[in-house]
Amino acid sequence: MSDPHSKPKFRWHIVVFLAPAVLVYTAVMIYPLFNTLRLSLFTEVDQARVYVGLQNFRTLFGDTVWSTQFWNALGNNFWFFVIHMLVQNPIGIALAAILSHPKLRFASFYRSAIFIPTILSFVIVGFAWKLILSPIWGIAPGMLDAVGLKSLYAPWLGKEAYALTTLSLVSVWQFVGIPMMLIYAALLSIPEEILEAAEVEGITGLAAFWKIKLPLILPSIGIISILTFVANFNAFDLIYAAQGALAGPDFSTDILGTFMYRTFFGFQLQLGDPHMGSTIASAMFAIILVGVCLYLFGIQSRMRRYQF
Amino acid sequence: MTKSTLIGAMLATTVLAGAAAAEDVTLTIESWRNDDLAIWQDKIIPAFEAAHPGIKLNFTPSAPAEYNAVLNSKLDAGSAGDIITCRPFDASLALFEAGHLADISGLEGMASFSPVAKSGWSTDDASIQYCVPMASVIHGFIYNKDAFAELGIEEPKTEAEFFAALDKIKEDGTYIPMAMGTNDQWEAATMGYNNIGPNYWKGEEGRLALLAGDQKLTDEAWVAPYRQLAKWGNYLGDGYEAQTYPDSQNIFTLGRAAVYPTGSWEISGFNGLADFEMGAFYPPVQNAGDTCYISDHTDIGIGMNAATPNPEAAKTFLNWVGSSEFATIFANALPGFFPLSDAPVTLEDPLAQEFISWRAECESTIRSTYQVLSRGTPNLENETWNASVAVIKGEESPEDAGKRLQEGLSSWYDPQK
Amino acid sequence: MNAARKNPFNTYAAHGALILYTLIALFPVFVIVINSFKTRKAIFREPLALPNSDSFSLIGYETVLKQGDFFLYFQNSMIVTVGSLFFILLFGAMAAFALAEYRFKGNLIMGLYLALGIMIPIRIGTVAILEMMVQTGLVNTLWALILVYTAQGLPLAVFILSEFMRQVSDDLKNAGRIDGLSEYRIFFRLVLPLVRPAMATVAVFNMIPIWNDLWFPLILAPAEEVKTLTLGSQVFIGQFVTDWNAVLSALSLAILPVMALYVIFSRQLIRGITSGAVK
Repeated sequence: MSDPHSKPKFRWHIVVFLAPAVLVYTAVMIYPLFNTLRLSLFTEVDQARVYVGLQNFRTLFGDTVWSTQFWNALGNNFWFFVIHMLVQNPIGIALAAILSHPKLRFASFYRSAIFIPTILSFVIVGFAWKLILSPIWGIAPGMLDAVGLKSLYAPWLGKEAYALTTLSLVSVWQFVGIPMMLIYAALLSIPEEILEAAEVEGITGLAAFWKIKLPLILPSIGIISILTFVANFNAFDLIYAAQGALAGPDFSTDILGTFMYRTFFGFQLQLGDPHMGSTIASAMFAIILVGVCLYLFGIQSRMRRYQF
Repeated sequence: MTKSTLIGAMLATTVLAGAAAAEDVTLTIESWRNDDLAIWQDKIIPAFEAAHPGIKLNFTPSAPAEYNAVLNSKLDAGSAGDIITCRPFDASLALFEAGHLADISGLEGMASFSPVAKSGWSTDDASIQYCVPMASVIHGFIYNKDAFAELGIEEPKTEAEFFAALDKIKEDGTYIPMAMGTNDQWEAATMGYNNIGPNYWKGEEGRLALLAGDQKLTDEAWVAPYRQLAKWGNYLGDGYEAQTYPDSQNIFTLGRAAVYPTGSWEISGFNGLADFEMGAFYPPVQNAGDTCYISDHTDIGIGMNAATPNPEAAKTFLNWVGSSEFATIFANALPGFFPLSDAPVTLEDPLAQEFISWRAECESTIRSTYQVLSRGTPNLENETWNASVAVIKGEESPEDAGKRLQEGLSSWYDPQK
Repeated sequence: MNAARKNPFNTYAAHGALILYTLIALFPVFVIVINSFKTRKAIFREPLALPNSDSFSLIGYETVLKQGDFFLYFQNSMIVTVGSLFFILLFGAMAAFALAEYRFKGNLIMGLYLALGIMIPIRIGTVAILEMMVQTGLVNTLWALILVYTAQGLPLAVFILSEFMRQVSDDLKNAGRIDGLSEYRIFFRLVLPLVRPAMATVAVFNMIPIWNDLWFPLILAPAEEVKTLTLGSQVFIGQFVTDWNAVLSALSLAILPVMALYVIFSRQLIRGITSGAVK
């Protein structure tokens, strides 16, 4: 790789390539984040910060007031993630596969239109879907009525049993453009020669997708899965915009992000508690870190990559 | 846009931001009342600036839901404005204890407030005040006068009359009897439980007894309001579980609902939206002739950032907030937010006048969960939201709700142990 | 081309599926935009009807435009978004190249370190970030936002770009080295053009949260001169807001520019993707 004549020579270009990113990132992101996570080891007594070791974590997992909320949020978060994996990513891949068809007309129109929800802010998404699903405005009940399915309507966002699934699907609606775009880019970068060679062998259509394209885009699917995991366990805005910081009804839509926000910054009469808040943030961080490490060491390092 | 013009534009903005510091003292006001932006800009600020040359005001509200988080972050980092709009009780008390709000007990303007008015922004022993009381809101019910006339219903005075009226509206079917939803949760507690509750726990008497540990949330006086709430579910619109607060406001102002459980803060907004005549009644009492109690809640105060570079100008402003001049401008610009000062004020808005007239007829109290009781974990206010919703939906019995809240409260509040 | 690739039934099915999904994707936006042009009564009476001469009203837009300098807000949002994207792409691609191309001690650790940031919501670092901006005098400047967004966007950019850079052929780079090109030239001349599709993808993904963010503008740059469009329209989406004409108009005003931006970027994105695929 480096100059073969002077082997021990320090490769300055690596430093030059890394330095700007590492500097900005360390100063503006990592330092403030760890400065905050540090708070999880402290508590406040009479306006003074006291070191308490892991006491806050014991409270979070040991005190039922806290632990029930934590496990509830974690469970909801898993369901949120499962729906994204089962609905968002397959739809995204399917759309990308159809779009990448070389002869498809209007492909760019479809692609742009389907990506539009992704560019909207959570405030808009939350507001729009609340209106559509609202029993008052009557858009959803009216549309179901038009196809004779009025009886299927329920005020979903207000029912414990449906609210979380409904919001997960709204989130899927919003973000399906991301897997679609990533897979689309991956599919387009498969060289035509490979596909033509396959055709000569008689592998076309769906078979070509399953046998040739899918294995080639597996690394991209891996990236999407881990990005979905990280994004879902950091999610906050949509639930907050649609259901508020108390994540109603009866905490049925409470996920780790809303739980952390409520605790850290406070809500209504509940005062913000940066120490418990960062304890929850640390727990979230640990969960995500474990997931990402499993991916990086367990899956990514074993995945075959093809250079074109 | 090319790169160089981009950088040029950024530099220009940086310079502009720096140049904004002019010779006049400018006081920046932090607030969650983004709805009042126009009123501050058009009425309050010009009035103050005309009387106090050399001091400029800059009103910078953020959305109510984010206000506490934004303000606390800015105070901790030292970039908050000079004047802080204060939430009542513990949120502001915590800011004072952390040294962010200045002690303004000695301010002349404070003289015109009663101890009750000051209680929302005083230390627990009432020795130090840190915010000037600005406004209170009164709870009650607003109704559609046209609808009541059409159906031949009178303003209900007792609970029995209240439910009879709701039954009649429901039977007729033209109007949704009551506009309220449980999606946003807080209405059920604020416009429900704390609206009708004072009649049962006898206002201040019950509230102070609860604080002292002499009454419990499982006592009849505290469970009975839940029993009434449990009956409300029948009279709300279809799908009320997913109905949001703005939904309810719109249903009522579009004339589709007859009664709207609420607080006086709605008046200014509703005046512009409803094209029918509105009336108001206070929470109906259990038996005819009973003393009525209303929630006259200290809601907005205004204080001084302890780190302000312009303490003198800030004090001038706070003194002005305590004056009758401010009270009159504020009360009439925002009918429904009632000034707390003893300065006499005339209200031009008939609906606001109706609400404030209850102060003479009924005993006033404040929301039961605000003082001290929401200091611990679990948070009693949040739990009350949750319980009120569960009771209205019929998912929890009034007795169970009371028991759950009492267990939560007694787990951390010593007088209740 | 094989017959299966032009089977008309497949084509219809493909169009059918895409049209269906397109409708689902656009419906909520359609509802918001048409209702923003209607009177309040009409919004509630027939939420799905197009505005007609009877129900047409611009009252919401009048309220909103009276409230602030939306052109200035738009300009601020543009500067912040474009500035942040520039730094994210430049710094991110450089770091991704270093990680993907060279074996050196600490490569894996550095990769993990740079990925840490996507695992914790940056929001919890707010107070420390704000303190830093106060100390450096960057509060209420657009630079504060650009710095935060650049830092926030870097982990994802490095993560995605390094994955794509691993797919760039070694032969090509080695050929460049034999021709005597410096590592910098190899990066800027050979590798960057090849990962253009990935760069465009990263740009689009980062653009969205930056444009739509409410939190950091609210905390770091709330002053009138540096307000972003999202923050400027937020005034209408508070808790105590019943004026749905204004809310819907503000939302529409917030949707339309970002949609226009996306359409512009999307051309670049597609050009990038196709030119990358041809190679």
